[in-house]
Amino acid sequence: MKIPILENILSANDRLAAENQKLLAKKGILAVNIMSSPGAGKTSLILRTIEALGEEVRIGVVEGDVASRVDADTIEGLGVPVVQINTGGTCHLDANMVRGSLDQLPLDHIELLLIENVGNLICPTDFALGEAVKVMIPSIPEGDDKPYKYPAMFAAVDAIIVNKVDLLPYLDFDLAAFRKLVTGLNPDVQVFEVSCKTGEGIDGWADWLSAVWTTEVPPRRI
Amino acid sequence: MHELAVTQGMLSIALEHAAKAGATKITHINLVVGEISGIVDDSVQFYFDFVSKDTTAEGATLNFDRVPARFRCHACGAVFSPENRQWTCPQCGELSVEIVAGREFYVDSIEVE
Repeated sequence: MKIPILENILSANDRLAAENQKLLAKKGILAVNIMSSPGAGKTSLILRTIEALGEEVRIGVVEGDVASRVDADTIEGLGVPVVQINTGGTCHLDANMVRGSLDQLPLDHIELLLIENVGNLICPTDFALGEAVKVMIPSIPEGDDKPYKYPAMFAAVDAIIVNKVDLLPYLDFDLAAFRKLVTGLNPDVQVFEVSCKTGEGIDGWADWLSAVWTTEVPPRRI
Repeated sequence: MHELAVTQGMLSIALEHAAKAGATKITHINLVVGEISGIVDDSVQFYFDFVSKDTTAEGATLNFDRVPARFRCHACGAVFSPENRQWTCPQCGELSVEIVAGREFYVDSIEVE
């Protein structure tokens, strides 16, 4: 006997992600899922974002990593609440892991939650966490052909933050061709060119994020 | 790259539907997998042999229906299969596409006894 099913295999994760989203909305928190390959600059962007917006918005961080808490310690040093998730080899965060980390954060004192996913351009694409905004960070040394290899990721995000632009003079990254390709795949995407090392371009990204936060998050205090 | 997690997800969907139908054995699980879903058939099969042990799905055959990537041109609406790095529309020459197929990953049906 044949039983038709037509059920998405990640539907259990999607249900949990929807619950996370509901909880975050109730608490008035804008969650941002930050994705990239290893070493593209996720932690550096988080540190720069804290520097740029930390006075204006109360930030919390979830650090996803295969192992270690080096990044979490750096962020904690800035007085920002942070939870480290060690996935123990798993290549992405999932909604269940994020749910567990929300229980450990002072949600009533957080307005912007930056979630650093595991460095990987394939798996995180398919696992919703409950975030309102998805961003990815390609970096100049990785080359301008990444959208050809990981189209699903480039098509899924709200913003692309091209990092390490200070290296452009030394490498063959064709920024115009790259922009044409990603906006072809994702016409509504915001593209920012930054250097987390020098601070170049961070203002544009921070202003955009701050504007999204202002629009998306309903006032909740007083 | 996350085949263990997805194999467990796939198995629990199959077991749930089989139990609902009162079946005692699942003989086939028919999956639809897109070309750019990042899922490797052999790897799913490898994990399945482990996670299905002592369940009604033990020994079931996994059928993979692979769906090739298809793009739709934002400019003229033509649907085409991208070849390697040839993403420009064969009809109008624009480089602006929406992914319309190739990301599938679902359990289509199961066959039970």
